Amino acid sequence: MALAHDAPKESFRLSMLIYDTRYRAITIQVFVLILVAAFFAWLLNNTIENLAIRGKEFNYGFLWQRAGYDIGQQLIPYTNDSTHFRALLIGLLNTLAVAVLGCIFATLLGVLIGVLRLSKNWLVSRLMTVYVEVFRNVPVLLWILLAYVVLSEVTPSPRDFKAAEGVEPAASMVLGGTVAITNRGTNIPAPLVDHSLGGFEIGGIPVNFTVLAFIAVMIASFWANARILTAARLKQEATGDRPTTWWKSLLVLFAPIIALSLVLGLHWDIPALAGFNFKGGILVAHSFTALLVALTLYTSAFIAEIVRAGILAISKGQSEAAFALGLRPGRTMQLVILPQALRVIIPPLISQYLNITKNTSLGIAVSYLDLRGTLGGISLNQTGRELECMLLMMAIYLTLSLTISTVMNFYNKSVQLKVR
Amino acid sequence: MKTTYLLGAIAAATMVAGAASAQATLEAVKARGELICGSNTGLTGFGAPDANGNWAGFDVDLCRAVAAAVLGDATKVKFVPTTGETRFTALQSGEVDVLIRNSTWTASRDSELALDFVAVNYYDGQGFMVKKDLGVSSAKELDGATVCIQTGTTTELNLADFFKQNNITYQPVTIADDAEGQRQYLAGACDAYTTDASGLAASRATLPDAENHIILPEIISKEPLGPVVRHGDNNWGDIVRWTYYSLLIAEEKGITKANVEEVAASTNDEEVKRLLGLSGDMAVKFGLDNDAFKRAILAGGNYGEIFATNIGEGTSINLARGLNALWTQGGLQYAPPFR
Repeated sequence: MALAHDAPKESFRLSMLIYDTRYRAITIQVFVLILVAAFFAWLLNNTIENLAIRGKEFNYGFLWQRAGYDIGQQLIPYTNDSTHFRALLIGLLNTLAVAVLGCIFATLLGVLIGVLRLSKNWLVSRLMTVYVEVFRNVPVLLWILLAYVVLSEVTPSPRDFKAAEGVEPAASMVLGGTVAITNRGTNIPAPLVDHSLGGFEIGGIPVNFTVLAFIAVMIASFWANARILTAARLKQEATGDRPTTWWKSLLVLFAPIIALSLVLGLHWDIPALAGFNFKGGILVAHSFTALLVALTLYTSAFIAEIVRAGILAISKGQSEAAFALGLRPGRTMQLVILPQALRVIIPPLISQYLNITKNTSLGIAVSYLDLRGTLGGISLNQTGRELECMLLMMAIYLTLSLTISTVMNFYNKSVQLKVR
Repeated sequence: MKTTYLLGAIAAATMVAGAASAQATLEAVKARGELICGSNTGLTGFGAPDANGNWAGFDVDLCRAVAAAVLGDATKVKFVPTTGETRFTALQSGEVDVLIRNSTWTASRDSELALDFVAVNYYDGQGFMVKKDLGVSSAKELDGATVCIQTGTTTELNLADFFKQNNITYQPVTIADDAEGQRQYLAGACDAYTTDASGLAASRATLPDAENHIILPEIISKEPLGPVVRHGDNNWGDIVRWTYYSLLIAEEKGITKANVEEVAASTNDEEVKRLLGLSGDMAVKFGLDNDAFKRAILAGGNYGEIFATNIGEGTSINLARGLNALWTQGGLQYAPPFR
């Protein structure tokens, strides 16, 4: 005799989708998913219909047409006969130039300020507080405009460099007559070689063997130097005395690059006034400088706060222990605190790098022709293809940002505490 | 999911445009009781707010004439300032009813941008302005110069072509609008400022030391400037076109703001009668009141009067009629017969 019999086999009824808690969650999720899908389908349909009404078709063919406009700052060759795609590339490179340099400078400055803000010196720490509060609490666009106006209003015009009869020129070049700062830009000397190693092009992007040779030699030098230092450290650990390395390091770091320069006949093309502007050398337009300076100062204030937070997150016992071992404050920071603080610092640092990259698009305010200025500005306007240009531009910024966070996430993993 | 987000964002941006149906601009304007006119962000003489915030200028007066014809009140206009970059999008998306903002008529704007240029209210060409002490007397001497150029304009492309044809080089400084162009030019960020010659004259007029700046003799392009409407709403295009022509015919027939009533009472010219709505139902066929074009003339006077008050000789802009004289006086301004 069975005391308890099995619960009656309940058959599935439709109402259970709502009243049975086992199914309800799934029902709601499916329902919401359908709603979302329907919403996007409606948007897509609306877009297609509206495009059709205006007689426009979605087409990227314009990218291969002649652009017809000129761009001031070009990292790779471009003329107004080039295609819109080429203009896009020029803009992308200009964006990257500001973003990469901005990230490097902002990090260096931010770390310095973050550390100094924790200084025991009252004046230094207060000054850094003022810096951080001033820079991060004013919109970056205003800093960009301010930097640009300052650069272009207080500097002399190229004509002031001209020497008239018996009259001293109103302005002169700085740094031993090699750099000219005018109200348009900074003309710096350009490196030239007598014996070029030639080069080739990949998909319209020139690759210069001379530049590659210099980069290769520098990498090799650094690698050799690292080997020397490692060998010295191993010897120190094994025997207790450290061999002298400074002259070896100097020799390895500088001799090869000097030798290469001599062999190739490196010399500098110094800018000189000719006609309306300085000719020769490299012109760094003020729009670029202003954007870089403003983004660096603005973002470094945020990075300083991130660094400060990271350092404060390390328990006080760590530095006390380091002091007890006889390490001086500087060494303590370098060897004990910062390596641990990095784990806290890196994740929010990633989003600051993303901010710099996206904020480069504000360069439009000072006529800096980045991706927003070429593809999203002039190309868009001259071809009238808003949808295509905006979509492409968003995709490119998205790709850039995702690439940066991926790379930084790898770095983050490498500095995280290894739990074994 | 990422692509879906992207499409959604784009679609959201475009769906707003869907509200404006192609054929209904006239009804929309009448229902709203106000004409929305795309204008310049500020170009003295052509379209700029004065000290009291009232819009005034050559292009602005045409907007007022259209408002007078359609709504019977020349003051019922809302001016939406647009830059060279935003103007056509503003028109396409239905944000403005008509764009009267020194815009150049080109083939690609007709075809690719799906716009209709209904008339040419100012025949212009691109020129260069430089400081006198630069010692330049021709644009061909500008080799190596830095040139300020408004982005999103035809002048941007003409500039590139001109320098290429003459085998000389330049450094472009891209600016968004006329005010920024002036500032950069005065600050010395560029040696030369280039835009339509009329725009240069207008800019020069506002400079404190106008006599120290010269406009170089080269006119490097044809810039027919005119009112623009969306492609597809032909009736609305006709209204804007014929409002403009009514001002031309008025000048040709000697009808001014002051004497229009007097002419209406005494004329026995059949075309004038039709224009002023005294005989026939010409204006009604456009969907307007029969005296619509008379009201347009009353708004700011005929073409010649509008020209003279805003940009003509004697004003600070001081432009000669030149190509913009009536065809009867050797110019290009010519209206088809009003019948």
